[in-house]
Parts: sequence; C-alpha cells; structure tokens
Amino acid sequence: MSIEIKTNSVEPIRQTYGHIARRFGDKPASRYQEASYDLEAKTNFHYRPLWDSEHGLNDPNRTAIRMEDWYAVTDPRQFYYGAYVGNRAKMQEAAETSFGFCEKRNLLGRLPEETQKQLLRLLVPLRHVELGANMNNSKAAGDATATTVAQMHIYQAMDRLGIGQYLSRIALMIDGSTGTSLDESKGYWMDDALWQPMRKLVEDTLVMQDWFELSLVQNVLMDGLLYPLVYEKMDQWLGEQDAEDVSMLTEFMRDWYKESLRWTNAMLKAVAADSEANRELLQTWIDHWEPRVYDALKPLAEASTGVEALDETRAQLATRLKKFGLNSQGVSA
Amino acid sequence: MPVKNKKLNLKDKYQYLTRDMAWEPSYQKKEDIFPNESFEGIKITDWSQWEDPFRLTMDAYWKYQAEKEKKLYAIFDAFAQNNGHQNISDARYVNALKLFLTGVSPLEHAAFQGYARVGRDFSGAGARVACQMQAIDELRHSQTQQHAMSHYNKHFNGLHDAAHMHDRVWFLSVPKSFFDDARTAGPFEFLTAISFSFEYVLTNLLFVPFMSGAAYNGDMATVTFGFSAQSDEARHMTLGLEVIKFILEQHEDNVPIVQRWIDKWFWRGFRLLSLVGMMMDYMLPNRVMSWAEAWEVYYEQNGGALFKDLERYGIRPPKYQDVANDAKNHVSHQAWATFYQYGHATNFHTWMPEKDELDWLSQKYPETFDKYYRPRFEYWAKEHAEGRRFYNNTLPQLCQVCQIPTIFTEKDDPTVLSHRQIVHEGERYHFCSDGCCDIFEDEPEKYVQAWLPVHQIYQGNCEGGDVETVVSKYYHINIGEDNFEYIGSPDHKRWLSIKGKQSDDKESGSSQDAA
Repeated sequence: MSIEIKTNSVEPIRQTYGHIARRFGDKPASRYQEASYDLEAKTNFHYRPLWDSEHGLNDPNRTAIRMEDWYAVTDPRQFYYGAYVGNRAKMQEAAETSFGFCEKRNLLGRLPEETQKQLLRLLVPLRHVELGANMNNSKAAGDATATTVAQMHIYQAMDRLGIGQYLSRIALMIDGSTGTSLDESKGYWMDDALWQPMRKLVEDTLVMQDWFELSLVQNVLMDGLLYPLVYEKMDQWLGEQDAEDVSMLTEFMRDWYKESLRWTNAMLKAVAADSEANRELLQTWIDHWEPRVYDALKPLAEASTGVEALDETRAQLATRLKKFGLNSQGVSA
Repeated sequence: MPVKNKKLNLKDKYQYLTRDMAWEPSYQKKEDIFPNESFEGIKITDWSQWEDPFRLTMDAYWKYQAEKEKKLYAIFDAFAQNNGHQNISDARYVNALKLFLTGVSPLEHAAFQGYARVGRDFSGAGARVACQMQAIDELRHSQTQQHAMSHYNKHFNGLHDAAHMHDRVWFLSVPKSFFDDARTAGPFEFLTAISFSFEYVLTNLLFVPFMSGAAYNGDMATVTFGFSAQSDEARHMTLGLEVIKFILEQHEDNVPIVQRWIDKWFWRGFRLLSLVGMMMDYMLPNRVMSWAEAWEVYYEQNGGALFKDLERYGIRPPKYQDVANDAKNHVSHQAWATFYQYGHATNFHTWMPEKDELDWLSQKYPETFDKYYRPRFEYWAKEHAEGRRFYNNTLPQLCQVCQIPTIFTEKDDPTVLSHRQIVHEGERYHFCSDGCCDIFEDEPEKYVQAWLPVHQIYQGNCEGGDVETVVSKYYHINIGEDNFEYIGSPDHKRWLSIKGKQSDDKESGSSQDAA
C-alpha cells in the first residue's frame, strides 16, 4: 500500500534559465549547473583596469591557453558553494576528532624531543608552502573567467589556508599553544638550507603572471610531487621514527589530495585535448617547471625518506601526465 | 623542550594561524610579489597594525557555513515542492525579484572576482585572508540567489537570462558600471568602494529593503536567503570599517585620497540606490517603509553617527550629502516615472499605483508627492484606462558617469531637470549632477571609456537600429511576455488563474503605443 498526498500541481512555463537551456536544453537543471554556468560578465565592460592596462576585466587573455569554451572545464565533484562546504564540514569533523584525541592524550607532547624537532623541521614548515598555494589559487580565482574554473580555484585557495592551519596546530600541540614551536619551525623555513630551494620556488611562483601556468605549476606539478612524498612516503618514514600518531593529523591532507586529483585531472584533460597548441604549451611549462619542483623537494627527501621515494612519486606524476599526452622526466625512472 | 611561555590568547593564536604563515621574501622582491599595492599613493607603514576584523579559522568556517547551507536548501526544496510562489502577496512583487536577479546578483559574482583579486594583492596576510573569505562568501551569494530564484523563473517571465541582460540592457549598465568602476580601481580603492562605502555605509539600503520586502510579501525563499546571508554580511561590514580605519591610521597622506574616494563612492552608491528606492515605493504590494524613511534611518542617522566617529581622522561627511538628503523625497518617483515610460524595454513590468497606494505615497511624501508626481500618475492611469498606455519611444540622454538617464531635478527646484555638461578634449559629455561631473573631472580618462547603452544603440552596436530589435534580439527580452504594462501581461493572467479569477480582457492589449 502507498499513501498518496494530493498536491496542487502547476505546470512550469520553463524548466531552467535561458543560459542553462542554451547549453543543456530546457529540462530540469542540477544545482551545480544553475550555480556554475555563464554567471560572469562577458562583454561590454566599461573601463580598463588601472592595475593592468593591457587587459580588460574578465579578459581570457590573462593566460596564453586558448579555449574554444572555458566551460569545457568542469568539476567532476560537482562542487558549488553549498556542496563544497558540506563536504569539507564532514572532513573537518573527522580531523577534529583526531586532533582532539591527540590533544587529550598529549600524544605529541610525549614524543622524544628529537622526534618533535624532526616534525618542526621537516613537516610544519609546509604551512608556508600552503600559504603560497593559497595566494596562487586566489589569483587564479580572480583571473579565470568561467565560473566552473574560477570556483574550483577559490575552493582550492581556502582549502590550502585550512591545511596550513592544521599543520600549524601540530606545532601548537607540541609547544602547548605558546607559539614557540611555530617560531622555531619558521626559522627552518627562512634559514635552513634544506628549505631554501623550496622557499625560492614558492617565491618564484608568486611573481608568475599567467594564471593557468600558475595553476599547473601549483596544483599539478608541486602538489603532484609534494603530497605523495610528504603525506605518503614521509608519513611512513615518520611512523618508523616513532611518530606514527602524526598520521592521524595528516589524514585530512591525504583524503584532500586524493579528491583534488579529480578536478586537476579533469582540467588538464579538457585543456590539453582542446588543441594541439594548448598541449604544446603545457608541455613547455612542464619541461621548465617539473625539474625545478623535483630539485626543490630533493633536500627534504634526502633528510627523510631518501631520494628513491621522491623518484617514485616523480614516476607516478609522469604516468599521470602521460594520460593527457604530456611527458615529464619521471617517465624514464 | 621546556615550556615556559604563556599560552597564546585568542587574538595571537589567530595571528599564528593566518598572517604568521607569511614571511619576508628574499628570493623575489616584495614589490614584484605585490605589484598593485603602491600605485594608488596609499602609504602603509606597518601591516602588523592590521586588526583582524573577525577570527574564523577554515575548520570553523566550513562547519558554520555548512550548517547554514543545510537549513537554507531545506527551505528552497520545501518552497519548490509546495509551489511557494502561489503564496506571495501579489504577482507584481515578482518584478522586484526580476530587478534583483538582473541588477544585483551579477554584482555578487563580480564581487567574488574582485575580492579574489585583492585577496592576492595585499602584502598584509591578515587583510588577504579576510578578503578571500569575502570572495568565497560572495560566490555563495551569487549561487544561492540563482537557486532561490530558480523556482520563480519556472513560473514567471523576465528572470530567464540575468547575466546576459546585465551585460547589455540599458538600465543594467547602472549597476554594472558601478562595479566595473570598483574592480578596475586599485585594491585600496576597491575596498573603500565596496567594503566601506557600499557594504558598511549603504548596505542597509540595498540588502534590507529587498529582504524585508521579501518577508512582507510572503517570499519565503528569498527571505530565507536573506537571513542566511546576514552573518556573512556582518563580517563584510566589519571588514569595511577596519579597512578604512587602518588606511587612515597608517599615514596622514592617506586622508585626502580616502576622502576623495568616499565622496566618489557615496555619490555613485546614492545614484545606484535610486533603483532600490523605486522598488521600495512602487514594486512591493506590501510596503515595508518608504524610501525617504529608509534613507533617514540608515543614512542620515546611522551614516551621520559614523562620519561623526571618523571626524577624528580628518574625514568629513561625503560631498553633496545635502543634495542626496534632499533628493530622498523625489528619486523614487522620478525613477518609477522613467521606468513606466520605458516599460517596453525592461525585463520587468511597470504599472501605475492603485488608489490606496497613491494615498500611501501622498501620506509618506506630504511635501512632494501630491504637488509634483500624483497628478502625472493619475493622468497616465486615465490615459491607460482609455486605451492609451503611455510609452516613450525616444531614447533618453544618459549621464556619462552613473549612466542613469538625466531625469533628476535640481535640489532647489524640483521642476528643473539637473543637467551638467563639459567639453573634454573636443568631445561634449553630459551629466545628471555636479556629483557625477566631479567624478568625471577627477578621472576623465576612465569615464570617457564608458559603454553607454543609448550611444551604443545609435552607433549600431546592438544588433539593430530600432528599439524592438534591440530589445528582443540583443537583450533577450521576450516581447509581450517580459516587458510592457503589468495589467494584462501573461504574469498577471497566470496570477489571476492561480487565484481562481478571470482576467478582465478590457485591461489587456494595451501596448499599442510602444510598437
């Protein structure tokens, strides 16, 4: 048996907005579609920017990549704002449980001093890399034209701020929330020879102009080597150094990176497939930047996992890029 | 390690979790990393003086915002499932939503883009983070507004192509040029324009009228959005005040620059709000308060207190504030009279107020309404009743700066149109006021670029030389559905049938003047 509630049904005069119907036909649209397509201004801009007289507002020429339609780049996660914060709220709830557990039992405070120092020297300085990633993604969000692309970058920017904050809290747990460990860790970032190639690389990205090149370097090449190296290989290595509890505190990063691969891969695929010129340009950028990223991470690998681990992640990145018709040096490894 | 230091307080802890992640660069020059920070002439001597306007780490942000979204979308779903559009006060109300979706929602998206950019531009990390949070909030508003209006779009005309119209339609160049102006300015002017002048000083005159209007008129979807966005707006307002105080405290040379921006953005905001004034006084079947009352409370009283507070920095109230205060008794009537005449070129319907509505206006505007406006409106109503609904087929002269037709009158004489003109490099430019003319004279190289819709039509850049072609082909306004008089419109007929009434055929088909 089923019960049937009588409702006053009304025939709609149209199923969705005109700009959505022109892309997908006049049929009921998803929330992602109505939130993500053709919302930005496209034409008849009134004034040229005082801060960049060579370009207009929402100017697709802020990158050398040419797309027939930037809306070919979409988010496989179908994140509009509501879906995004809903997902992250669940992830942070799990992270909060882990941080609470560690804090309650003082798991980090009980680690040997030498291990604590390793965490402050090898792991926590990555909070500065995250802030660089935050800035770079905010730039891409401001420069990208299509909303499908721009919104993925602002989510990424805020994620990186959040990850930087989780890394900072690891140090705050070690120093009992006094900030001394964060000061110590920042000292390594500024002066320790181990971090200088990476700090230089991050500063070099902060002066890049082309937002798509920047997104490629930041979200594909840097993250593509750094995240597997640090949060997989170094995570295991830290476990061997009696710091396995830290794994709980970096679970967010592992889950996050796995998820981020979905949109970065979709973006690369769409852009590389759009034209041979795009693919060639991506290849030029990869040839230029991938070895620099590798070199910037080498001292970190040498001080922890060994360079073989970095070579393995490099090979993984090469395999991943290969799927989009792109090559990187790790392929021969 | 020995832990001797004191535990961090909340403020210091938040700084460790935000600005302390930044560092003094040494491999690249600071001015290359932040190239846009100095060209406006604003002097920042010490970014560490920046007071974080709110302390929200990302984990807390995700959590709070997700809770808000969950509640909001539950209401949207219920609204659609129960055909909530049938419970509004009157279908004329939906025209306010048409104005909102085409005039305001695209600005939310432009704000997202603008804040994402300045969220990268400042060398102070505290300010960057606050701007980025506003960027993602503005994206939220842009998207939730699409979702809130989605159901209305399925049952009413005129909501179907907002972003397309925003780029093209004559009156939408008013809000668009306002935001283009801010986004093309440097980062400090952008924040003075949007965070301070708009969000802090004037937001109660934009947001509150639309959201209260929704509440008074049974629009559960929009009013729920309004409540949900309130705490975001509170954060944005706090940022606006912090920005202005910070810039003013940093260096005395900043004061005259900021004063000029406040003058400019107050005036631009005031002109933009004419559209809201007309919405409040004419488009809400259940009225919240009059525009003049709103102006008195939210600008004259609140703004007055604010500028009193800023006196100690050497800031005076905005130039031409007296003109704006005087205009509160006129602008809504002048704007509605204009839109009524050009109702064939709008994506919403216009109408003459009914008798009780005219009486309300007479009561709210005792000094001006009966004397200057009621006779004209009663004449137009009579013309309409006799089958001669009035439309004006001559395209209006637009102000070069605010882009509103030059419809406003002189402060000391409401029977004289306010019109200014100057010649700049051999070209003559027209303005609605001294306020707009001053803005032009400060930056003529910027405002000569303006994309003026009427000029563009006459220059043949809008897919046709006649109004009908421009309106249908270029604007995507569906003729006979979206535009013209409300009485007898498809929206009106649909509403009558929802309410179980017959439409009166005598009243329809009254668009003959506009062809």
